[in-house]
Amino acid sequence: MSDTRRPVYLDYQATTPVDARVMDAMLPFFTEAFGNPHSTSHSYGWEARDAVEDARRLVATMINADPREVVFTSGATESNNMAIKGVARFFEGRKGHMIVPVTEHKCVLESAKYAQKLGYDITWLAVGADGLIDPAAVKDAIRDDTALVSVMQVNNEIGVIQPIAEIGAVCREAGVYLHTDAAQAAGKTGIDVAAMNIDLLSLSGHKMYGPMGIGALYVRRKPRVRLEPLFDGGGQERTLRSGTLPAPLVVGFGAAAQIVTSERDIEATRIGDLRDRLLKGLQQRTPDLYVNGSMEHRVAGNLNIGFKGISSEALMDALKDSIALSSGSACTSAAVEPSYVLRAIGLSDEDAHASVRLCVGRMTTPDEVETAIEAIADAVAMLRGGTSAASVA
Amino acid sequence: MTACYLDHNATTPLGTPAREAMARAMEVTGNASSVHAFGRAARKIVEDARASVAALSGVAPANVIFTSGGSEANNTILRGIDAMRITSSVEHASVLDAADALRIPVDANGIIRLDALALTLEGATGRILVSVMAANNETGAVQPIAEIARLVKEHDALLHVDAIQWAGKRPLFEISAYADAMSLSAHKFAGPQGVGAIVVKDGVAFEPLIRGGGQERRRRAGTENVIAIAGMGAAADAAMNAVGDHAKLAGLRDGIEKALGDAARIYAKDADRLANTTCIAMPGVAAETQVMAFDLAGIAVSAGSACSSGKVEPSHVLLAMGASESEAAEAIRVSLGPDSTEDETQTFIAAWRDLHARTGRAGEAA
Repeated sequence: MSDTRRPVYLDYQATTPVDARVMDAMLPFFTEAFGNPHSTSHSYGWEARDAVEDARRLVATMINADPREVVFTSGATESNNMAIKGVARFFEGRKGHMIVPVTEHKCVLESAKYAQKLGYDITWLAVGADGLIDPAAVKDAIRDDTALVSVMQVNNEIGVIQPIAEIGAVCREAGVYLHTDAAQAAGKTGIDVAAMNIDLLSLSGHKMYGPMGIGALYVRRKPRVRLEPLFDGGGQERTLRSGTLPAPLVVGFGAAAQIVTSERDIEATRIGDLRDRLLKGLQQRTPDLYVNGSMEHRVAGNLNIGFKGISSEALMDALKDSIALSSGSACTSAAVEPSYVLRAIGLSDEDAHASVRLCVGRMTTPDEVETAIEAIADAVAMLRGGTSAASVA
Repeated sequence: MTACYLDHNATTPLGTPAREAMARAMEVTGNASSVHAFGRAARKIVEDARASVAALSGVAPANVIFTSGGSEANNTILRGIDAMRITSSVEHASVLDAADALRIPVDANGIIRLDALALTLEGATGRILVSVMAANNETGAVQPIAEIARLVKEHDALLHVDAIQWAGKRPLFEISAYADAMSLSAHKFAGPQGVGAIVVKDGVAFEPLIRGGGQERRRRAGTENVIAIAGMGAAADAAMNAVGDHAKLAGLRDGIEKALGDAARIYAKDADRLANTTCIAMPGVAAETQVMAFDLAGIAVSAGSACSSGKVEPSHVLLAMGASESEAAEAIRVSLGPDSTEDETQTFIAAWRDLHARTGRAGEAA
């Protein structure tokens, strides 16, 4: 990681490196313990199954759930599709309404549009200028035929933490399911499905230093949440999710969850310090800098900032050899449209275009933060009129 | 730990090429959709693997869509194409359960009744999707895909082929030449679990099962599973040369069947079968009893497919072939791999004979 030729990685919300401890846990299951966890007739299968069940317990512990409530999937996109489409299909003809904030991840918005095709009305809920949802607005939007409220716990672009516990209380009182996309929350802020009254919750391995290609959907057992599976087949995962479970990836996800459970609080303090240094350093060096979204209710690693008058594409291009950052979420970062999240919190097209996302994470060092401050400040100064920071100083 | 793994149709050990490719991919942090250098490195891994899977399949890279595995691939096509669906009674559960479909019967060897398929196609109206497997996971029986495709084309229908057990064992171009869509799973050909693919012809449109970011040309959303995809690509490269190795397994497989002789009942024996697969019934002995006894002897086999091996119901495949419930409940599947040896098959034969003798005596005593 001290390789000076590689850019500094400040894109931990797009994906995280696999933690070395996670890798160590996974490797044996790629090689000697290669069995199909659904093979019940021999010890290769049993060994893989036992490892999968251990991982299920570790993931359940991370979110204060019962292991039987954890369904493994291929990732958070699948989990979000499964939760929203699954509830929509189960209650088709009996309920007719869902509530989805406009700043949700693309896969949540797309899944809600699928529900719309089935005949559901969708309330596309507005957010405040700080990016936060008002639980009272959720309460006001709930109807007699509302099936589901879907609110992400942490936004993937601006990192704000939604008041899930308050929204959960509102939903529980109204007898409406609450689905939470927690892909960006796991490892960064506390998740307690019991205390927060969450009915369905999506997780992703590769956003919390586990491998790509694995995630989970928490499905509450009491009171029981009903949904149709996204796909059928061998009937694995209590018939909710068919297909051979990738045992090595599941094991890696479990190991990542275990690290989160034991180290999250300490890590958040350290990462928060680095993020604050990054912001302070940039503020000192760069005038006309603005922060998008609430700083108070935000995960430790995230910064989403704009530099008046520049374009994020030009900034990223200028930094391509020194800093890895993004102008929005990875799935849409190739798109040239301004971020719909930033538009939703009231930014003009121009200000949205001038914004970038910077995320520090578990492997970020203080030196990397210093390097990033220098490089970004220099690049912004150059783009604003050819004045390099060096000549200013 | 058992030492004699004869359950390759459930999952294959990860091959060295896949393992090495995955180890290299593990060095790369990056979301393949990110535009920075880390993201571009991940993108290159994904696209190289796509080219490898395309080469194995005999198609262009743009025709390959990565999924989380075979079940997702089958469900995507079966659910995503709005049509009257026709399938067979011996398909994998991920086809049979994905959507309502007419089921064409099979003969005693598990081969689709082409006369019944032709009649069904003649009676069908509107858009039609026919979905059949290239080779059966329980018996290894190979379907006459070329002939099925001819009937399908005569009726302007679409053909989906579940080629999950075929890949790595026989040339995939023999399937892709006929199929409008094809499903693959990496862990059945020495790649990792958790990744598979849909191979589609140009112009074959379907409703994506998983929506969200615009990955996989908007046909399958979700962050690309870079490490597993790298493994699938390397496994595909290796599988290009595996067809000959697979064919050699017929000698070992036939050796088992010959050694067991009339004491055993072999299913689909008269069909063209995958060279590694045999479905063997021990008359009078429950499959559960057999697999437990074999496991104690250090031999891993299965009763039916892995996904359903936790259930006690008899195999729908064998029932469709005309076996009675009690007959079907006596069958186990033995599936060899490229590293299987004569020693291993001899171990199996000895254990089978031993169990046969013991249970036979127990039966007499009772």
